Amino acid sequence: MNAADVLSAAMTISQLMLAAAMMCALLRLVLGPRAQDRVLALDTLYVLAMLVMLTFGMREGSTHYFETALVIALLGFVATAALAKFLMRGTVIE
Amino acid sequence: MSAAEQLPALAALVVAALLVFGAALALIGAIGLLRLKTFYERVHPPTMATTLGTGSVLIASMILFSALESRPVLHEILIGIFMTLTTPVTFMLLVRAALHRDRLDQADDPPREAPML
Amino acid sequence: MKSWSSYVLLALALVALWLTLNQTLAAAQWLLAIPIAIAATWGYASLRPAHTPVRRVWVGLALAFAVLGDIVRSNFAVARIVIFARSRDRTAGFLDIPLELRNSLGLALLACIVTSTPGTSWARYDATAGVLTLHILDLIDEDAWIDLIKTRYERRLLEMFP
Repeated sequence: MNAADVLSAAMTISQLMLAAAMMCALLRLVLGPRAQDRVLALDTLYVLAMLVMLTFGMREGSTHYFETALVIALLGFVATAALAKFLMRGTVIE
Repeated sequence: MSAAEQLPALAALVVAALLVFGAALALIGAIGLLRLKTFYERVHPPTMATTLGTGSVLIASMILFSALESRPVLHEILIGIFMTLTTPVTFMLLVRAALHRDRLDQADDPPREAPML
Repeated sequence: MKSWSSYVLLALALVALWLTLNQTLAAAQWLLAIPIAIAATWGYASLRPAHTPVRRVWVGLALAFAVLGDIVRSNFAVARIVIFARSRDRTAGFLDIPLELRNSLGLALLACIVTSTPGTSWARYDATAGVLTLHILDLIDEDAWIDLIKTRYERRLLEMFP
């Protein structure tokens, strides 16, 4: 077993672990129980999706996935900030 | 599978270790999100995914692409900077929103206790 | 304008960001990056942000390394709690810490440090009393946590933002 095999196995393992992590976050999103738990789970999902994008990019050897990851990271921040504001005030734009 | 085969053995092993480490931290963080009992406890584990988990995956990506393209590929640092700047803001906002909602609940409905407040 | 140095720093950071994003040091990208950075900095200056002088940048560097070490350490600590601890032996809770730090930029930095360290999260800050409330996942020794925040972070932040 050479280093390349180790790396491709590691990529598969890490993608499986990230998929399992996303399932956990999704379960918390569905279970709740309260709105802030769901928003927290959604934020975690964003971060995990970004990590999945990065591992996809590494597997393909293509830097195009980087842009996707960057956009997910930025949009995730804006979405969570807006949702937190909504939870606090009941409106997004005052 | 093209990426894995063109890499020097040492770089491949380091990248593999960092990837598995980062993904494992993210998974433990998500398990914590699912397992812990109250909202304020659940805020803590996802931070693992956003700090050290993201950090090690980003470093792995930087090493891999630098070795593949034989030039320093550093633009992953940008994701790292954005994450370190934005994560505290979102988590602080969320905790404050949760505290606010718990206070409102206590005012409306005294018997229902907000967790640990 | 009291100090140009912070605006120059911002413009330089924007140029660096542009070049990193485009992954090049080509002259054409410099020509694009510099006007954009100057325009963005000018736009930012017109917002008239509160000016905060930063002293002793090396203290900030030492602080950054301390925080990096703490993030790694607390990652493992939280991982151990998530995997091994049963819910009944966990003692999570809120902790009040009196702070001497009043500078808003220093407080913002402290908030970033506290929140990005797993195991501690910023709950609220009472500006009139100067009392910070943290939520801590592993609240066994309260004095140790207060000591950590005050000596490790606040002392250095006070040196930077008097």
